[in-house]
Order: sequence, then C-alpha cells, then structure tokens
Amino acid sequence: MTEEIHPPEPTLTPLARGRRFFSSPAGRALIALVLVFVLGLVFNADGAFFKKGTHRDALRQASVYGMLACGLTLVIVSGGIDLAVGSVLALVAVCSSQMAMHWGWPGWLLVPASLALGAGCGGLAGFVTARLRVQPFIATLSMMVLARGLAKYASGGMKISTAVKGPDGLYHNVSLPPLFTGIDTRILGGNLSMVTVVFGLCVAVAWVALARHRWGRYLYAIGGNEEAARLSGVPVVAAKVGAYAASGLFAAVAGICQAAQEQQGDPEAGAGYELIGIAMVVIGGTSLMGGRGGLGLTLLGVLTIGYLDKILSINAVPEAGRLVLTGIIIIVAVLTQRRRG
Amino acid sequence: MNVDHAPLVVMSGITKRFGRVAVLSDVRFSVLPGEVHVLAGENGAGKSTLIKILGGIHTEFSGRIEIAGREVHPRNPTEANALGVAVIHQELSLIGSLSVADNLFLGRTPTRWGWVSDARQRREARGWLAQLGLDLDVRRPTEDFPIAVRQLIEIAKALSHKARVLVMDEPTSALSAPEVQRLFGLIQSLKQRGSGIVYITHKMEEIERIADRITVLRDGRWIGTAPAGDLPAPKLIQWMVGRDLGEQFPRRAPHPGTERLRLEAFGVFPSGFSARPAVEGAALRVRAGEIIGLGGLQGSGASELLLGLFGAFGARTRGGVWIDGQPVQFPTPRQAIESGVALVTNDRKATGLVLPLSIVANATLAGLRGLSPGGWRRPGAEAQAARDNTAPMHLRAASLELEVGALSGGNQQKVVLAKWLQTRPRLLLLDEPTRGIDVAAKREIYQLMDLWTAQGIAILLITSEMPELITLSDRIVVLHRGRVTAEFDRAAAAPEAILAAAMGRNL
Repeated sequence: MTEEIHPPEPTLTPLARGRRFFSSPAGRALIALVLVFVLGLVFNADGAFFKKGTHRDALRQASVYGMLACGLTLVIVSGGIDLAVGSVLALVAVCSSQMAMHWGWPGWLLVPASLALGAGCGGLAGFVTARLRVQPFIATLSMMVLARGLAKYASGGMKISTAVKGPDGLYHNVSLPPLFTGIDTRILGGNLSMVTVVFGLCVAVAWVALARHRWGRYLYAIGGNEEAARLSGVPVVAAKVGAYAASGLFAAVAGICQAAQEQQGDPEAGAGYELIGIAMVVIGGTSLMGGRGGLGLTLLGVLTIGYLDKILSINAVPEAGRLVLTGIIIIVAVLTQRRRG
Repeated sequence: MNVDHAPLVVMSGITKRFGRVAVLSDVRFSVLPGEVHVLAGENGAGKSTLIKILGGIHTEFSGRIEIAGREVHPRNPTEANALGVAVIHQELSLIGSLSVADNLFLGRTPTRWGWVSDARQRREARGWLAQLGLDLDVRRPTEDFPIAVRQLIEIAKALSHKARVLVMDEPTSALSAPEVQRLFGLIQSLKQRGSGIVYITHKMEEIERIADRITVLRDGRWIGTAPAGDLPAPKLIQWMVGRDLGEQFPRRAPHPGTERLRLEAFGVFPSGFSARPAVEGAALRVRAGEIIGLGGLQGSGASELLLGLFGAFGARTRGGVWIDGQPVQFPTPRQAIESGVALVTNDRKATGLVLPLSIVANATLAGLRGLSPGGWRRPGAEAQAARDNTAPMHLRAASLELEVGALSGGNQQKVVLAKWLQTRPRLLLLDEPTRGIDVAAKREIYQLMDLWTAQGIAILLITSEMPELITLSDRIVVLHRGRVTAEFDRAAAAPEAILAAAMGRNL
C-alpha cells in the first residue's frame, strides 16, 4: 500500500493563521490581558497608569499570588487541586520570621528549612491523596486547616515581629534580618521589586519542570488519563506527591516573601489566597479537568488579574466594587476560554 | 406501492460539512419495514455522521429526510425519538451513578403529580430488560455492571422508546456469543413486528448473518445499496475499500524460537484474595516469534490474565511467571515494561491513550525514560522516535502534534502500538487490538503482527472475532470462567470446538 498517507498541510494565509492563534488557549488568554491593558489606557486615572511606579506596584502585588499560581499549575495539570497553599504560606511566614528574628538564623539556613517545611506540608497532602486515595479537594482542605492551626501554634496566635521578648521579660527590638530587607528592595533604579524577580524565578523553575522535564510530561499524562498513564509505566503516586510537594514549596517561597514585605510573620496571612491563585491559573486557560495548560498561560493569568486589580484601585474603585467586578471578569474570561466542540 | 411496504425512512441528497471539509456528499439511504439494513464502510466513511443526522444530533446539513412520507428535520434526539427513531450509540450514553431504571427512563421519568413513581418505573424497566433476557436488580447503579451488560441496557433503553426505526452502531462490540445470539433473536422479532433496523458493524460474520440489504459508504460518498445476497464478502470489501484486498488475511509463516513466556499455576485476584479469582491455575507457554490466541467468551478471565501478568493488579496474583527462563514478578506495570512486556488494552480511550495529549506525547509515554536521560526531555528525539515508530503503520494524521482525541479509531490504535514499539518489547500482550477499527487498518495491524513475530517478538492475543483468532494464532488456548479448558494447534482449531470449550463443554 503506497497511497498518499499524509494529506498535505494546507498553506494558511496570515489571516487564517492569526485566527487559529486567537482561538487557541494562549491567544485567548492574551486577548484577556490586552483588554485589561486597554481598560487601563482608557481609565488611566489622570495618567497614573502611565507611571513606571504603577507597573512596578502592579507586578509586586501580583507576585506573591503568582508564586502560589506556579505550584497550583503543576497540581491542576495533574488533575488535582491544592487548597492548602494560603495556609502553608502563613505557616512559613510565621516560622521564617521566628527563625530570622528570634533565633537569628542566617538566610542559608532559613531558606532551605522554610522550603522543606512547605514541601513537607504539600507532600503530606499529596501522599494522602495519591497513595491513600482521598480526593484532592478533601486532602488539601484538611491540610489547609491543619497548617493554619500549626501557624497559630508556632506563633502563639500573635504576629511574629522584630519586638522580641528577652530573658529579662522586657521587649526589645531586633533589627530586620538582611534576607527580609533584601527581598523588600527595588532594583533597576527603583523600577522593579525584588519579589517580582523571585516570582520570575518561580515561573522559570516551574516552566522548566513542566515543559522540559520528564516529570512534567508525566503530570500531563496523569491529568489526561490516570489509568492509561499507570499502564504506560508512569510512576503515578510519586509524580503526584511531587506535584503537591512542589506546590507547598512555592507556597513557602511566597511565605518568606510575604513575611519580608510585611516585616512580620502573621498567622492570619494568606487566607483566601489559594482561590486567587486558582483563579489566575484558570483564567490563563489551564483546564481544571487536568491534562491541558501550562506555565505560560498561568503567567498571562497572573498578569491579567494583577493588572485588573491595580487599574481598579488607581481609579479608586472601592473594595466592594473591585471584588464584584473581578468576579464578573473571571467568569467572562473563563467563558471565552471554553473549548468549542 | 403497498402502504405497508412504504419505506419508513428515506434520506436523499444528504450533504454535511465540517468547516470546508465535506464529510458526506449527496448520500442516499432508506429503511424499509421489517428489514435489517447494514450500513458498511471503513472508519471515517461517514456512517456515524449519517446516523447522527437521522438521530437529530447533527442539525446542520443539506438534503431531505422523509419519515413515513413526510419531510422532517429532527433538531435534537428527543425530536428524533418522537418521530420513531432511536439510536444506540457506540459510545455508551448511560450515567454510571444512576440506577438502571433511572437510566432507562432518563428524561421521561414516569411521574404522578410530579412525584417519581419508582415502583412503576422499576416494573417497566424490568419488562424491557426481560426482552433481552436480562434479569437485573434495576435499583443498582449502572456502573456496577460489566460493559456487556451496560450495552444491553443501552439497547433496552432504545427499545423502550417504541421506535419503528432502530439504529445500532456496533452493538456487539462488547457482547459475548450468547448475548449476541439473544440480540439477533430480538432483532428477528422486531423485524416481524415491522420495525426497520439500521445496523453498523465491522464484523463480516454479522453482516453475513443478519443483513437484508447493505449500503456502502466510502469517503463520505454513497457507493451503492444492494440486497445482501448480491454482495458476498469479497465484493463487499471491494466496495468498502475501493480496491481488491485479495485474501482477507495475509498468510504468515510461523518462526518459533526459544521459550519466551511460561506461566505455571497462575492465578489473578483483581478484587483481593478473598474474592473469586478471575483466573486460576492457568499454565501457558509462548515461544519467541509465536502468536498464542486466547479464546473465551465474556467473563472468561482472558483480559484479567493479561492485566495480572502485566502487573496491573499489583501483588494480587499467584503462581509462577518466567520470561526467557528467568522468574519474574511485576508489582507494577513499570517493572513489566522494563522486562520487555507491553500491553495493548481492550479500550484505547479509557486505558490506552491520554486523549488531550499529542500523538508524539502518547507515542513516547511508555518509553519516555529511555528518551529523557537524566530526566531532561529532548523534544527532537521524541518527535523522531514517534516518526520512526508510526512510519511502518501508515498513520493518517496531518501532524504528529495533533491531539490523539481528534484521530479515528484505527489511527488511535496505531498510536497505541507505536507507543509500545518504542519500549522494544519481547512479549506483546494484545487485548482486542482490532476492536472498532476499519478493514484496511485491521489488515495493516495483521501485517505488523506478522512482522513483529518475524523479529522474534512473542504475542499473546485476545480477540472476540473467531476468524481472526483462527487465522492469526499458531496455537489457541481457550479459557472458561478463569480456567484453561482446551488447547488447539493451528491445524486442529475448528470454530465449533473452540466455542464449545469456551462455553465449558468438550465436543
């Protein structure tokens, strides 16, 4: 049989190629981001939108959420969900503050310890869902409550700040640890926040893992069809535990950054952040069903929500209105993302 | 023309496009009362599209549909049902968590003053199932039942619409021989009541058994309609593929080598050691270059034997397994793959492929370790491997970056096979490798099996098609309720004897 088996690829006109791009998830996520930018151009709050500082702040404010979204992308691609990231952020914020301010740990010791703590929390939730076969919603919901409890234990319910109680029972101020001040600085002539650089690193690491490492391909396969993946020799349990551990790790990075920016460890920090992180992933076009999506899409989603919030705030839209509008815009964005069958 | 013999359905000039591609052009089709009209054609010929137009699923088309002499245009399945057309789709449309009775009456639940009358619904459901010889607890969720039973429930659901035209799209793909027998009996009685049956199948045997008329489609075009008697198998195949295939199966010369696989007292316990085993005390030998056919009906345990051997049930197996003389034990499929074993499962959509991923991603999934030294993927090497492994298969795809979900059944199966070739297997376990794929693709897969055995690969084959089993296998081992009941050499294999052994009797 020597028939022609590969029908020739139809040559696309630039217009058709453009149409194909804009009907892809990446194209649609880009449209959403561009629309938000246009909104900023129109409602520029007397030129505030054109100031460098506005963009620096928009990016800075989106960065902590964005770090959570990086880890969440790995979990969501594998068909799971992680509700614990906000609480893990708080636990790490408290513990890293304690290590830095009260125990005087240096950064080279504090950072690995904090990351291990976050990855441990995530990995435990991952083990419960992957190995003990508890639904990811339930497993990570439990970890969300548990980690919040641990954060309150570790802090005694108080914010951990530079006011440290000495052996004499009197409070005295310690200086801010250099790691915290380092994260809470600006570079490039004050035009870029260090947290945004950290966020960029998180995106790069997560992208490499998902797009360039075997493990990332395994996560897509598990999210697309877990049984087919298992029967193809994919180490399903290990890959999934890894995804949740990574999600906890990124939450730990976010926790350190949060503590550095607030100059304290607040056990109430990060409440509700998991939902914003999930919204960022979904608005980018990563499917909650698993198997489809990626870090590039998440980056677009982070920028979309981050900028939307900034534009509303420079226009002095009160918080109530901001929440309502953000909610509406998320659902509209997701509706346009929906695959047409 | 006598009113009683007026056609129930006449479709003419049917043209359907998806974008710029015409999937049907100027197709005609009719159904007479009391006939079984087989709709034949390769995958992608347009059979399912034609049926979906009749069933009200595709509503955008040009052409004319007449039902009982009146022009109609069903806009959804409910309207089609009201017009007397019921379609039993290939993909099961049952909701797994709902009870059998709820599924049968979904969308038209019998109610009294708005309250579901459960007792009446259960009674009526049992009545329809009884027509198919099924006696089920209709309160249990459908997902509790094996796929064969679910398929029969689907048929009962269509019957319950009291349709005059019943469309069956490969209704026997998961049924065992006695169930097929019962279905054919039912079709006879429906015919006598003046119903018209539209029957889509890839099984030549079934066409020969039940067709009254045959319509052949090829590439979306109507090729012809003829009484079954005028269309013997060779001619029908020629109509379908548009070229003479010569013999239906390629001949192969066996090249047996040393012993590749040995099973001793092998048992498989999918639901744990306390439950009834799916396979017990099985002994089996396969030599390199040999195809051993596993014969058996629904519930024979043949599929479980392959899954158990492959490590899919973890440690829930007993007995000894030797590969090339080495005792082996596979706690997970991964160890099996590393030992050179590959398993093509019997349901490529559910357990064979990751549908949202590309052809390349699927074709390299099982062999990804070898392609990503140190864990780092090399997309160029993956694309090359996918090209190399799909090249001998005549895979029809515009690009290897396409999602496999967009391919036809035959091409999807070729991606599954390419995936396993990448792992360089020594032993191939094939569970229904040709299920639901067209004649030409089947033939290609037979040729591949021939090639693989010539290279020294050993094959354990399950197939529910008797001609396939007999022509491909060097030896046939028959299972009945988890036990080996007979073994035949190629020369001694007769369909009657195999079937008898599969039913637990010896001739």
